[in-house]
Amino acid sequence: MLWRRTTGWPAWAWASPFDELDRMRRQMDILTETFSTGLPGEPIAGVFPLVNVTEDKENYYVRAELPGIKADELDISVTGDTLSLTGERRLPAEEEKAQYHRREREAGSFSRIITLPSQIDAAKANASCTDGILTIVLPRSEQAKPKQITVKTS
Amino acid sequence: MADGGSKALQPKAKAEVTIPAEQMTPGLVFTPAVDIFETEKEITLVADMPGVKAGDLNIDLRENILSLSGDVKSPEKSDEVDVLREYRTGKYSRQFTLSQVIDQSKIDASMKDGVLRLRLPKIEAAMPRKIAVKAK
Repeated sequence: MLWRRTTGWPAWAWASPFDELDRMRRQMDILTETFSTGLPGEPIAGVFPLVNVTEDKENYYVRAELPGIKADELDISVTGDTLSLTGERRLPAEEEKAQYHRREREAGSFSRIITLPSQIDAAKANASCTDGILTIVLPRSEQAKPKQITVKTS
Repeated sequence: MADGGSKALQPKAKAEVTIPAEQMTPGLVFTPAVDIFETEKEITLVADMPGVKAGDLNIDLRENILSLSGDVKSPEKSDEVDVLREYRTGKYSRQFTLSQVIDQSKIDASMKDGVLRLRLPKIEAAMPRKIAVKAK
């Protein structure tokens, strides 16, 4: 069960043995957290919304689950290496006569600031919302991009 | 809550399904948060299922058991590497037992921005009927 939980996530792609070590270290972190809190990889304290951040050579991808929130209810801004995400989740008012059996969905405002590992080219950043998942694509700035150096043969 | 707009939202970890039936498919399964309310004519169910497309949603009403399940395809490309992971992704699944008789032919479901809205109209016989008493 535990093994499935810690390894069942989408496959990681690794380019070098160090990436693999890094991945192992992260999994060890999750394990230690599991033993100390009983919850695998769950945040103990945090700020809404929870985000997943991934990267590839060109961009950072920040994703958050925000069901029922339209793009224009969100305020996203980027400066240097920080991303700020604020907004409000409103639930439409239902009929007055309606009797509730369950009420689990929540409304409210939120604000979060995320610092990314490197500088971002703010002009090229873009965000999209599909099926309740917000995806923000943040291109690394030119200085922060990894550069391929070719060795000349004379 | 339709009115409480100013409250700050707190992050909440997704609740994993606690076994109505053993899962045979790999991956995690979560219970979506739902609102259920009832009027004289119908029962409405609203469920948060971010990442589920209309085509990947299964709604099944058999006897009195209403089952919802939704598949989520990972939005991540294969060459992306994790930097920070705070929420987990997986399927959604939840079952309800309905106490009212539902008119199966008039069920209406719509999916928008990851929110499912399911209208379950009550069958005529189950609607309350007011009987006027004539006074002589």
